[in-house]
Amino acid sequence: MTRWTRKDLLGLEELTQEELELLLQQAQAFKEVSLRPIKKVPALRGRTVALCFLEPSTRTRASFELAAKRLSADILSFQGASSSIVKGESVLDTARNIEAMRVDVLVLRHNTSGVAAMVARGIRCSVVNAGDGSHEHPTQGLVDLYTIREKKGKIEGLNVVIVGDILHSRVARSDFWGLTKLGAKVTLCGPPTLVPAVMENLGARISYRLEEALDGADVVIALRLQLERQQEQYIPSFREYTRLYGIDRAKLERAKPDLIVMHPGPVNRGLELSPEVADGPQSVILDQVTNGIAVRMAVLYLVSGAHQESPDVLSKTPFENKISRPPVAGSK
Amino acid sequence: MTGRILIQGGRVLDPSQGMDEAADLLIENGKVSRIGKNLKADGAQTISAKGKVVAPGFIDLHVHLRTPGQEHKETILTGSRAAIRGGFTTICTMANTDPVVDSPNLIEFLKSESAKVGLVNLLPYGAVTMGLKGETLTEMGELASAGAVGFSDDGMPVANAGMMRRALEYSRMTHLPVIDHCEEKSLSGHGVVHEGLTAARLGLAGIPAEAETVMIARDLLLAQSVGGRLHVAHLSTAEGVELIRAAKKKKIQVTAEVTPHHLSLSEEALSTYDSRFKMNPPLRTQRDLEALREGLKDGTIDAVATDHAPHSAAEKEQGLVQAPFGVVGLETALAVLMTEMVHRGALKLETLVDALTRRPANTLGLDRGTLKTGAVADVTIFDPEAEWVVEAGAFASKGINTPFLGWRLKGRVTDVLAGGRHLYHGEQFMNGGFA
Repeated sequence: MTRWTRKDLLGLEELTQEELELLLQQAQAFKEVSLRPIKKVPALRGRTVALCFLEPSTRTRASFELAAKRLSADILSFQGASSSIVKGESVLDTARNIEAMRVDVLVLRHNTSGVAAMVARGIRCSVVNAGDGSHEHPTQGLVDLYTIREKKGKIEGLNVVIVGDILHSRVARSDFWGLTKLGAKVTLCGPPTLVPAVMENLGARISYRLEEALDGADVVIALRLQLERQQEQYIPSFREYTRLYGIDRAKLERAKPDLIVMHPGPVNRGLELSPEVADGPQSVILDQVTNGIAVRMAVLYLVSGAHQESPDVLSKTPFENKISRPPVAGSK
Repeated sequence: MTGRILIQGGRVLDPSQGMDEAADLLIENGKVSRIGKNLKADGAQTISAKGKVVAPGFIDLHVHLRTPGQEHKETILTGSRAAIRGGFTTICTMANTDPVVDSPNLIEFLKSESAKVGLVNLLPYGAVTMGLKGETLTEMGELASAGAVGFSDDGMPVANAGMMRRALEYSRMTHLPVIDHCEEKSLSGHGVVHEGLTAARLGLAGIPAEAETVMIARDLLLAQSVGGRLHVAHLSTAEGVELIRAAKKKKIQVTAEVTPHHLSLSEEALSTYDSRFKMNPPLRTQRDLEALREGLKDGTIDAVATDHAPHSAAEKEQGLVQAPFGVVGLETALAVLMTEMVHRGALKLETLVDALTRRPANTLGLDRGTLKTGAVADVTIFDPEAEWVVEAGAFASKGINTPFLGWRLKGRVTDVLAGGRHLYHGEQFMNGGFA
């Protein structure tokens, strides 16, 4: 059995198939925890997780925060507007300061590709990439792997279509690597200006016609289209984008009936997904959100190294593994 | 010491005379006096060059000394010392300083400051347009009279085709080349690395090859029409090599240079997001690298030039996307090309020395890069077999932004004479090299 030995989680490209499996198994264990009435384990008690989100983020930050809380970690939160980054301090300086406060895991979101790797090289504490520019968003990739396996029972051999702005999407890259390593066939679909054809060299199929790509697909992952892409003339209009690459009921009619629809959120309703599809029976978007917490618990737990010290910690609630149990109300 | 110096027992390699033989070299009064076997010179200082190559001092057509204005990156002193340490006795400096070298007094300033430092033969380029803004031509005639050896808006290429046409045409009176940083900015945009597989993997904005080739093609056509001498700087693409090869066949007056890093590294080097591999033009593909090597071999590319571009550590530490473009190159050029090409049989030693001496001298019409009798005694002696490791702490340059940090290289400059003065010997500066 593989053991987790990495200090950081920076992307799925660098992970082996075994490491991906390990993360998914760990997530499975934590998903069970989240079904209990008391959703908290002492796995990271006494450890500190810093959430450093230097780019606006609501759900990823909330998901990490809840994951850390359910592991009983202490949390230190930095956010873009209030952080000293805006005062001209470099990211690396900020990270070194956080490290000097003896933080165990630094969760970092930044709008520039490669920043997580640079920070991870520069400090000793663990770094979890919560999205770096257009590069990778490994925990979202893991969430998607976990959700697909949960819904489909497997990943190997599935046809997965990722549709939208592949060029600028960190989710697309993480999904592509994770899915490919676990044996799925990945088709990247979108307008040619937003789909780097060179990805074919890495084993992706490229398609510029969504109807064609959806034929025989088991999973479709729609990406959020950033509104500046139209100004930058990657696409002439949102109207045409929606007609060609927006997923609506008509396009799904010709796909397999058990096709599932995913989206990393937040959805531009009516742009990349029609409302009836986003909320429809094939949509598993909210399951992705639920699974996000278990997956991020697994990531924090493994990169922190806590699993090497107390492997049986999952079987206990926070109050069970110490001699002095807190008094239960009314017991006197 | 500008008296008599006898360099004994070396392999004298001087492409300007087709010379490659074991011989002694006698220097008198700062000039090459004689080359021959077993020369005797009573009372002369002797330098043993046993097992070493004795070549004309190298010429670098493309150097950024950052002075005036950005002395925290480099000064004339530190840049000159870096040049000497790399075997370069003549360096041509780019005009993109602050202020821009667009008036004769700045040419004179650079020449007089360099004379005070007294190490290398510093030859400044003047700008093509005032302030590198691409709007108004500089007074090229006066810049040439003051000592400019060419014109360049390096880094801020002349975007307007009509302006470039005027520049090429007007520059003809000076017989000096226009050094062309070929980059169509509407194609390079906010690009950070070559637009290819690595950019796609890393999620980085790309600089497509056409950003370079579109402007090469444009300026070759302009030069063909109005004349002028076009020198294409830091060529990086296979198609660019093709364009220049074809232009030379058509007798268009064009020359070109290539950097040691484009001859030895490709885009995969960026995989770790290390800003030490970020420069403009970016590292391209293996196919481009092979084409550049072929171009250097067959003479399509005239010179090896370093595009030495020092930056402070803090600037380069900002991460790949924010860090400025540019790498240093003076102190590693010879050794990198010896290691990566000559020792691997990919390039003849004579061709490498040619591309560092005779060919760049011809590009600018200089009387340097030669050991002919009576020439200024700029001499670089190197041990082709000596191994060393690139360490930032040993650099003479203020910039340690080298892509070759930690590399074990084979081939090392041991002695440098400039104007007959023995300035450098075995890692030590001497005879005024301390300045």
